Amino acid sequence: MSKAFNISRQNGFTTIAITCFVLLYLPIVLLVVYSFNSGPSVAIWEGFSWRWYQSAWENDQVQEATVRSLVIALWASAISTTCAVLAALATTRTRKFKGQGAVFAMINQPLMVPEIVTAVALLIFFAMIKVSTGYTGLAYLIVAHSAFCIPFAYLPIRARLQGMDLSLEQAAADLYATPFKVFRRVTLPQLWPGILAGAMLAFVISLDDVVITEFVKSAGQDTLPTYMLGQLRRVVTPEVNAISTVLFGISVTFVIAFTVLGKIKN
Amino acid sequence: MATAISVRNLRKVYPGQPPVVALADASIDIKDNEFFTLLGPSGCGKTTLLRMIAGFEHPTAGSLTMHGENLLDLPPYKRPVNTVFQSYALFPHLTVAQNIGFGLEMLGKPKAEIRQTVDEMMALVKMTEMADRQTGQISGGQQQRVALARALAPKPRVLLLDEPLSALDFKLRKDMQLELKRLQKETGITFVFVTHDQEEALTMSDRIAVMSAGEIRQIGNPRQIYDQPAERFVADFIGDTNFLPAEVIDTKGQTVTIRLSSGKEIAARAAEGGSHKGKVTLAVRPEHANIGPEADGLLGGTLGEVVYFGTDTHYHVALEDGTGFVVRQQNRPDAAAQFSTGDRVGVHFAPGIGQVLKD
Repeated sequence: MSKAFNISRQNGFTTIAITCFVLLYLPIVLLVVYSFNSGPSVAIWEGFSWRWYQSAWENDQVQEATVRSLVIALWASAISTTCAVLAALATTRTRKFKGQGAVFAMINQPLMVPEIVTAVALLIFFAMIKVSTGYTGLAYLIVAHSAFCIPFAYLPIRARLQGMDLSLEQAAADLYATPFKVFRRVTLPQLWPGILAGAMLAFVISLDDVVITEFVKSAGQDTLPTYMLGQLRRVVTPEVNAISTVLFGISVTFVIAFTVLGKIKN
Repeated sequence: MATAISVRNLRKVYPGQPPVVALADASIDIKDNEFFTLLGPSGCGKTTLLRMIAGFEHPTAGSLTMHGENLLDLPPYKRPVNTVFQSYALFPHLTVAQNIGFGLEMLGKPKAEIRQTVDEMMALVKMTEMADRQTGQISGGQQQRVALARALAPKPRVLLLDEPLSALDFKLRKDMQLELKRLQKETGITFVFVTHDQEEALTMSDRIAVMSAGEIRQIGNPRQIYDQPAERFVADFIGDTNFLPAEVIDTKGQTVTIRLSSGKEIAARAAEGGSHKGKVTLAVRPEHANIGPEADGLLGGTLGEVVYFGTDTHYHVALEDGTGFVVRQQNRPDAAAQFSTGDRVGVHFAPGIGQVLKD
């Protein structure tokens, strides 16, 4: 019998793989390297220094944008994760109902609809509310971020629920636990790695968003990504590299944590 | 004895093309303090019936009462029954003691009472030393005992057991069979036990319901089920059986006289509820028959394979009319092997041993 087809044994596999990784990571490596440049250029290396990290740290606008980004991301991940848990329970722990597929598609709609469409729609919709209420606070951004974060929180939670042994919940019900107690005492303690993973994914997605934020934000409501975009239009210094490197570090940490959480067994 | 669970014309049909009948109008009365077994091959509806009593499945039609109370209106958490699941379904985030105390806690019992009952239960299933272990840190047999203790702790009047021994190895299964029987006697709780293992059913049960294709084929105590199978499926599923074509020539109540294919006549028992006229099938257990010289036999034939099993030997005989017949004889060190392959032999069994089947 011939050996099973194995793509890694094909000619040129190693070359293509290395090329892909270089194309993916070389720009990021360069970005990180130049964040330590002592000179003011993002392309000409002059020597090592922490200068731009210090400059970013002391920049009031960066500080404000960072706090704002974190506040929005925390709220958005909390709200979207709560909605996602409820949605995941409703789509995995109920009897099959008509239109279940449609509901699933609607929950995941932010993944399919082009972001720019959502952004324009929200801009118009929120403008109407702003006119009638006069409120111009952060709530618009939090609501917008919560909405597009839901599918990112929903998918890992749903996957965890589907992988869970249904007989545990039946055993709890058999031992006189009401549906609410079944959830609190049996489902939730096993679901938490999924919930945490979903919340972290939502947090990173919110932290990273540019398009919708750019459309929805009121004046003076820059988040870190929109602040950086604004900076690029003027003078580009390695300060942008430094901020990006920190964001990159946070994302990598979260992705690792996300992977680890996914491996926790029931 | 009073009736614990009364099942009346219970029916379960899963919609589809074509619809699947999981349970076809089953009726059973399970008595108080009884070890009652639902026995049958996979897909026969035994687990469906058990899950309906627990409340995890809803019947399409029929009624289900426990001590006169209608169970069908109650959700699982309000039914006074507990279940031992096939997969045990122990809560992985709780310790052994917490698992056992879960039901009592949900019933809102005081802490002191919970602790006392949990201690009793752990002693009952010999798990006291394991109280603070996580359920992932104990062996399969121990998990099984915890699952049992957890289901017994709230002192249900009826305990449902869904193939609880199927995941255990042979030796452990034998021990647990005795253990379960002991627990059932000590606690006086009605056990409804589901299994596909006929030996398990015979050794443990007070009564057995044999099921096949969603229908109950026969209900009786182990002796009745084994010695007096009502129909071919029951005779075939439980133990080994020889089926012989025969003709009824006289009927006196439950005793009939039949003529075998060899022309010889002998008395046999008739299954209840069947018509016993004309051509019938006679069931004879291999260990109820003897092998001897051709002249002494009811049926003559040629000896085929002789298989030695240690405790006994199986003689495969090809009868004159073409049917095969197996005789099982216990081995004794003082008895020499009398027959070998190719010999002409006779098969004999005593009057009243054979069972005339319903179909």
